[in-house]
Amino acid sequence: MVRINLLLLALLVGCGLSLVTSRHQARKLFVELEREQALARSYDIEYGQLQLEQSTWGMPARVDKIAREQLRMQIPGAGRVQLIDGGPR
Amino acid sequence: MTMASASRQIAPPVFPQGRAPIVFGALLALLLLLAGRSLYLQRIDKSFLQEQGSSRYSRNLEVPAHRGRILDRSGEPLAISTPVKAIWAWPDKVDAMPEQLRRLAAALEIAPAALSAKLAGGADFVYLKKGVPPEVAARIAALGIPGIHDDDEYRRYYPGGEVMSHILGFTGDGDVGQEGVELAQQSWLGGQPGSRRVIINRRGEVVEDVESIRAPQEGRDLALSIDSRLQYMAFRELRVAVEANKAKAGGLVILDVRSGEILALANWPSYNPNNRSHVARERMRNRALTDTFEPGSTLKPFTIAAALEAGKVRPGTIVDTAPGTLTIGNATIHDAHREGALTVEQVVQKSSNVGAAKIALSLPPETMWSTLSGAGFGTPPKSGFPGEVSGRLRPAKSWRPIEQATMAYGHGISVSLVQLARAYTLFATDGELKPVTLFKEAGPVAGRPVLKAQTARAVRHMLEMVVLPGGTAPKAQVAGYRVAGKTGTAHKLEDGVYANKYVSSFVGFAPASNPRLVVAVMLDEPSAGQYYGGSVAAPVFSSVMGTALRLLGVPADAPVNNVVLPVEGSEVREET
Repeated sequence: MVRINLLLLALLVGCGLSLVTSRHQARKLFVELEREQALARSYDIEYGQLQLEQSTWGMPARVDKIAREQLRMQIPGAGRVQLIDGGPR
Repeated sequence: MTMASASRQIAPPVFPQGRAPIVFGALLALLLLLAGRSLYLQRIDKSFLQEQGSSRYSRNLEVPAHRGRILDRSGEPLAISTPVKAIWAWPDKVDAMPEQLRRLAAALEIAPAALSAKLAGGADFVYLKKGVPPEVAARIAALGIPGIHDDDEYRRYYPGGEVMSHILGFTGDGDVGQEGVELAQQSWLGGQPGSRRVIINRRGEVVEDVESIRAPQEGRDLALSIDSRLQYMAFRELRVAVEANKAKAGGLVILDVRSGEILALANWPSYNPNNRSHVARERMRNRALTDTFEPGSTLKPFTIAAALEAGKVRPGTIVDTAPGTLTIGNATIHDAHREGALTVEQVVQKSSNVGAAKIALSLPPETMWSTLSGAGFGTPPKSGFPGEVSGRLRPAKSWRPIEQATMAYGHGISVSLVQLARAYTLFATDGELKPVTLFKEAGPVAGRPVLKAQTARAVRHMLEMVVLPGGTAPKAQVAGYRVAGKTGTAHKLEDGVYANKYVSSFVGFAPASNPRLVVAVMLDEPSAGQYYGGSVAAPVFSSVMGTALRLLGVPADAPVNNVVLPVEGSEVREET
């Protein structure tokens, strides 16, 4: 009888300790998860900013201006355009 | 003796009677007091301690949700929200050295004197600057001035600037839509920040999620029907034309004939939505949708269509327009050009007011009204834009003959540019009125049949004659494509009297063999000498239509040397 009680006591203590460790583990992992999520959010924000930047650089108004002023390009007149039939698509 | 003295020494002290019960009672009372207090705190006044406890380990955190993006039809972002900081101060807590204040002013890009004035203004709380980029806010925080703080907020950026501003509108405080699509689609675009309760440790890290109080609702992206390449091109051409003709304003609309989508909608004057601190409300109006004008001759095809539909005339029927005037009651209608007998086709081609009026007068008012109403005049186009107007089409019962005659060539009726462009889908299709929309459609959209296919084709042929030599708009021709369209040169009404100020317009579509695009151009008060629709608006139409068709890769339906301009001085002019 005493033996069984001792065994159960040991088991109880063991369970208690493992609860404490797993609880601690869970919190540590959760902190990590939070950190990663914050990182993901910051990447999201950065992605938005990069998209904004890309679309600002790539706006037709800017491309047009650079093409005309720096590269001295111009739209060819209709006479210099040859249309070819792409055939059935 | 020893015994006696010893026994005297250790004789128990004699306590006063009843001391023990008193001490015992006092201790018991204290114990009960403690027990009572603890019972009170645990059971009755428990919320106070619980609050105190939870304030040390639990927090309500806001979960941010940002506003959805606005995209063009190919997914190019046109409006994006990004987090920024608002810098604010408690002026009476600010304690800084002059050097620190100077650096703060430099970081905020405001004059040091203006900063001092704000801080000395006597307010308890003052915003120093809103919409500060996060890295600048970090520099300011690093200055470590007490009393200077920052808050998170969102700011919306519009990479397209003035090119798209009238369509998109803008957002105001709290990133809430105030104008344009931003306003109309607020509930779709706007995000709802959420909130959750968490447990934090002593370093302030979140260690456990307790509950989600409110789930955040992210704003959704919105795809517009706008094609940013066409939009920019249209905007550029319109701006050049408005400036070259010294016009007050201008508008341009490109519609996709198959789906009714608005591919481009440009207005000039415009404004930059990213920096609108000194912009007059006037410049923010989307004139193409929210302003009406008397369309003038661009309305004639509808009169002709009504007459064809009613079987009153055929395209070859002769109408006598001599002597170029028509008197009804005490009013006289004039033609800018004297013509004699014209076929119905030529009435459109040469834009004869007298011819159109005579044809209109042969119709019962109800017949003409139902065609005009069927073309969408007098009802809002339902494009999804806030504040769009319905224009004015009076009920047929109230028409007097002179009014019916002037309405034949587009006076006494008012329309918006988008309505006018949409109405031309009747002739660009086989008589279907397409719904217009600012939002992307998956494919072709069915319209509402209004005219017989035969009528629509006949009018389309007449509109094609308009741009040929002998018509009013040879300058609308496009190399490589057959185009069809109609000019308008309407006198403006000022205080009830027609003044010598004009609205010049051109509405047309191409390729005529299988129309894909409708383009409508309108210039308000061109005042650089030229004012005829055929010489002011038609060239804009030609360059915009040509470029748009080539950009979209629409197969050509004419040889590239198809443009035939009349000899100098022989152009056909029209008024209204």
